[in-house]
Formats: sequence, structure tokens, C-alpha cells
Amino acid sequence: MNRFFASLRRNYEQGRISAILVLGLTILIAVVLFGVVGSLFVDPINATVGAVRPRRPPGADYFLGTDSQGRDMWTLLIYATPNTLKMGLIAGFIGVGFGAVLGLIAGHFGGVADAIIRVISDALLTVPAIAVLVVIAGNIDRMSTLIMAMVVASLGWMFTTRTVRAQVLSVREKAYIEVARVNGEGPWEILFAEIMPNIMPYIVASFVGTVSGSILAVIGLEALGLGALEEMTLGNTIYWSQQSSAVLRGYWWWWGPPIVVIALIFIGLFLTSVGFDRFANPRLARR
Amino acid sequence: MSKELQRYLLTRFGQFLLIIFVAVSINFIIPRLLPGDPVQTALARLQTAGGAQNVDIQAVSASYRAKYGLDAPLIEQYFNYWMDLFRLDLGVSFANFPEKVSTMIGNALPWSVGLLATATLIAFLTGSLLGARLAWPGAGRGIKTLVPMMMVLTSIPFYLLAIILIYFFAVVLRWFPPAGGVDTTRIMRFDWETTRDILNHALLPALSIILGNIGFWALGMRSQMINVLGEDYITFAEAKGLPPRRIFVWYGMRNALLAQITALALSLGHVVSGAILVEVIFNYPGLGSLLYVAIRGQDYFVIQGVVLMLIVSLAVLLFIVDLIYPLLDPRIRR
Repeated sequence: MNRFFASLRRNYEQGRISAILVLGLTILIAVVLFGVVGSLFVDPINATVGAVRPRRPPGADYFLGTDSQGRDMWTLLIYATPNTLKMGLIAGFIGVGFGAVLGLIAGHFGGVADAIIRVISDALLTVPAIAVLVVIAGNIDRMSTLIMAMVVASLGWMFTTRTVRAQVLSVREKAYIEVARVNGEGPWEILFAEIMPNIMPYIVASFVGTVSGSILAVIGLEALGLGALEEMTLGNTIYWSQQSSAVLRGYWWWWGPPIVVIALIFIGLFLTSVGFDRFANPRLARR
Repeated sequence: MSKELQRYLLTRFGQFLLIIFVAVSINFIIPRLLPGDPVQTALARLQTAGGAQNVDIQAVSASYRAKYGLDAPLIEQYFNYWMDLFRLDLGVSFANFPEKVSTMIGNALPWSVGLLATATLIAFLTGSLLGARLAWPGAGRGIKTLVPMMMVLTSIPFYLLAIILIYFFAVVLRWFPPAGGVDTTRIMRFDWETTRDILNHALLPALSIILGNIGFWALGMRSQMINVLGEDYITFAEAKGLPPRRIFVWYGMRNALLAQITALALSLGHVVSGAILVEVIFNYPGLGSLLYVAIRGQDYFVIQGVVLMLIVSLAVLLFIVDLIYPLLDPRIRR
């Protein structure tokens, strides 16, 4: 534990841990804590339809007011935030894992595998993700948060593949790879034991971006009404508020708080990814 | 035309065809991968949703089965699918039977293109200019505080920005209409009143797209410009005593913009995704709203048609960007 803190301190003094990274992580941790700690203090029953008096503005009884279906917004928000984060994380893990493996294979083995992977990922990168996701999500009968995460992950791997492939191409020319080859390590061993650890910072950096992109896609699909409507998520809250024209009727407490939480999540992720770039790439830290 | 340019254009055209091919195939395969008959499923859902009371389900179903030969082998279906596409036959709407999907898309397309093209262009130009100015030594305080603010706006999905804009400018202040593309009572004519009405409706949606994108372009341009300003030819131009304004525009911005245009090509999909939702929020009569209504009503062929249209038009846009590129970069033209 002491060594961990010592290394943290050394990195901080070298300017690798920037204020941006700290700020970004603080925001993210605060959002997570909001969901985790908050759920200890509120009763989930208040977030079900018809539990409380509908259309109350924020006040003494209901801290953030209630929506027109009789749900307490404060309770709803506390349960919706972790669900949305969960979908983003699952989609991020699947997307980055899949993307990294494809990128490693494409960069390391080259040839036909590389050509196929590159062509498909380039073609999918230029397609508007939401259009394809709408077709997939619209054809699924029983939507759940887990399926939603997998749907979104199906288009969340291309960026990682591109980044990892480019890095593999530069790493595999290094002398220690040649040494490993001469020592008799097989191609797969070289790939996962020698190359992968060296490009780990890039994989982690693209994880942050992929989670951010996944949450964006999830909220977009949910706002279109393609999400798991019976679950509490931030995107569904936006969808219901739109369905009830909450904006035109002036119920700002219905759509405002979810937007603030969503904005905090994205700003936190954005700052973290910028900060992490500096951590992974010390040359940027001096600026 | 030199050999290199020919090769470049051929490669790009090949990529264009490839994207279209992949997209159409995905659009064909996904519904068929899922269990059940797409037409039956769609019609059944339509009935449970109560949206088809005025439609003769039997007649619709029979005509689709005959037309698309859904019992035929997959390869034959795939072939027919392509043939129909070449004839611009995208099927018929379930909800508005027997209106053609291609007509519905034709009505919506100009709205989307007009809104998106204008907003993206403004965001791209303003953002790039801001970013370049930021990288140039002696940038003012105003710009230095403005750009981080823009970055924060960029990290928020811009359809959420749209909700906030509607609330303040259409509900609280009542300066602009909250929804629609034109006044519902207006008869469309080519006169000043109609134009003003359209612009009035387009301003808030455009603003949300612009605000949501400016920061992205500013940040990209800034880092490009920093790289370019470190090049030897900038030092040389300074040593020659060229006026700073000339160095900024013709030596700095012109080179930095090249990478920006590549980024534009790559981010168009992202912008279109966001713009679809902006249209939904504003109930703007473009492709996004058409898609939304179709999803709500389980209008199967309309969904397919709009999605295909989005992908194809994006591929066309990318191809146009690729065609412009040699005009800007003489190294490819040679």
C-alpha cells in the first residue's frame, strides 16, 4: 500500500497525474457514489409508477419533484444513474476486448486477416452508428439493460481496433520482439506476452473513449424509445419526459436533473481521457 | 489527370462502393437473422400496437409475400433486394398504406440535408478558425476562456442541449417556435415570408448542432496548428519577412485544415447520429423524425428505408469529401 502511494506521489511530481485527470476521476467517483450511497437512503418503491402525487415541483416533500406518472424524481435518479453507467461499462468491456483482440491479430499477423478486419472496421466507422443500432434494437423483442449493452458493443470496437493495430505495427519492429522470436516463443505467445503488455496504456485509454461512446449510443437509443422501457435509466427518463411534452409544459425538474447527471458523466469521462493521454504519453505531460 | 490522382480516385470510389455494399447487406441480413418472418412479426406487432385498424392486414401481408418472395432461397431474396433498390423501390408504409417509402423519404430529405449541411459547415468553419487562433501566439483572453467552455458543451450529447435551448428560448422567452419545420398553417411558396418562417424554425435546431460541435473542431484545429507552426517552412516564412496574417492563413491554416477535413469525414457519422435525435426533439420534419415515427408505429419498411438512406447519403458525402481533398492538397494531385 505504501509503495502504491509512493508511486502515485512520484507520478504526480513528474507531472504525469495532471489536475485534469484528478478532476475527471473525482466527478466520475462522485456520480458513482451518488448512486451507491443514495440507494441506502431512499425507498425504491417511490420510483415506481403511481407511488407519489404526480406533477409536484421540487419542494419540501419531494426534493426534486415528481413526474406525471407519479414517480419521485430524486429516487428515480438515484436508481437510474448506476443502471446507465452499468450499460456503458459492460458495452465498453465487450467493445474494447473484442476490438483489442482484432487489432492485435490484424497488426501482428497482417495479410488477409489484416485486410478483412481493416476493411470492415473502416466501413463501419463511417456508418452512422445509430442507424444500424436502430435496426438491431428495433428487431429485439425483449430488451434488457444487458442486451442493450451488447447491442451497443456490436458497433463499439472499431476505434480500439484501429488504435491497437497501429500500435502493434510499431511495437513489433522493436528489438525485444526479435529476441523473443529467436528464443523460440510462438507467434501467439509473442502477441499476448510481449506485445500486448506494451500497448496496454493505449487499450485502457481507448476504454474510456469506448465507454463514453457506448453511453452516448445507449442514451440515444433509449431517447428514441428503443430501450428496456420498464427499467430505470437516464435515457428512459428523457424518453418519458419527451412523451409527456415535459419541456413545453414547463416541468423542468423532470428533464433537467437527468441532463445534469448525463452531462457530468460525459464531462468526467472526457477529462479522464484527456488526463489519461498525458499519463500514458509522458511527452504530453510537460506542456 | 496524373496517374497518382487516378489511382487515388479509383481507390476512393472502391471504398464508396464497399461501404454501400456492406451497409445494404447488413440491412438485409439483420432482420433475417432474427427468428420469425419479418413481415409477419411487423404486422403482428402493428396490430397489437393498435396502429393498423384501418389496414387490410391480409391484403398487405399477401402482397408482401408475393412481392418479396420471402419463401424463396436467401440468395434469390438478396438479389431481388438489390434489384428493388436500383429501381428506388423501398416498399410501402404499413402505417400510411399505400404510401411509398421512397416518397416519404423524398419529402423529408431536403429538410434534413438543409439543416445538417448548414449547421455542420458553420460549426466546422467557426471551430477551425477559433482553434487556429488559439494556437497562434498572442491569442486573446476571450478566446482562451471561450474554447474550454465550448469543449464542455461538446462533451454533452447535443440533443440534450436542444432540450435546454427549447426550454429557454421557446418556452420561457418565446422568441422561437418550439417545434416543427414551418408554421402549420403556412402555404409553401417561394417568397420572403416562407423563407423567414423556415429560418425561424431552423435556428434553434441548428444552434444546438453548432454549439455541440464547435469545440470538437476547435480542439482538433488547435493541436494541428501547433504541429504545423513547429515546421521549418513557418520559420522560413517568418525569416523571409512575410506578414503574419499571410503566414497564419496560407502557411498555417491551409496545412492544418487538411487533417481537419479527414476528421470531418470520420466524424460525419457521429454528427448524423446526433442530428437524428435533434430532429426528434424539435419534431423537425426530416429523416430523424420520420425514423422516430416509424419506430413508434413499428413501420418496418420505413425504418429500413430511412436507415439505408442515412447510410447511403453519408457514403456519398464521404465520397464528396474525398473528391475535394486533392483540390486542397497538391501532393495528391501532382
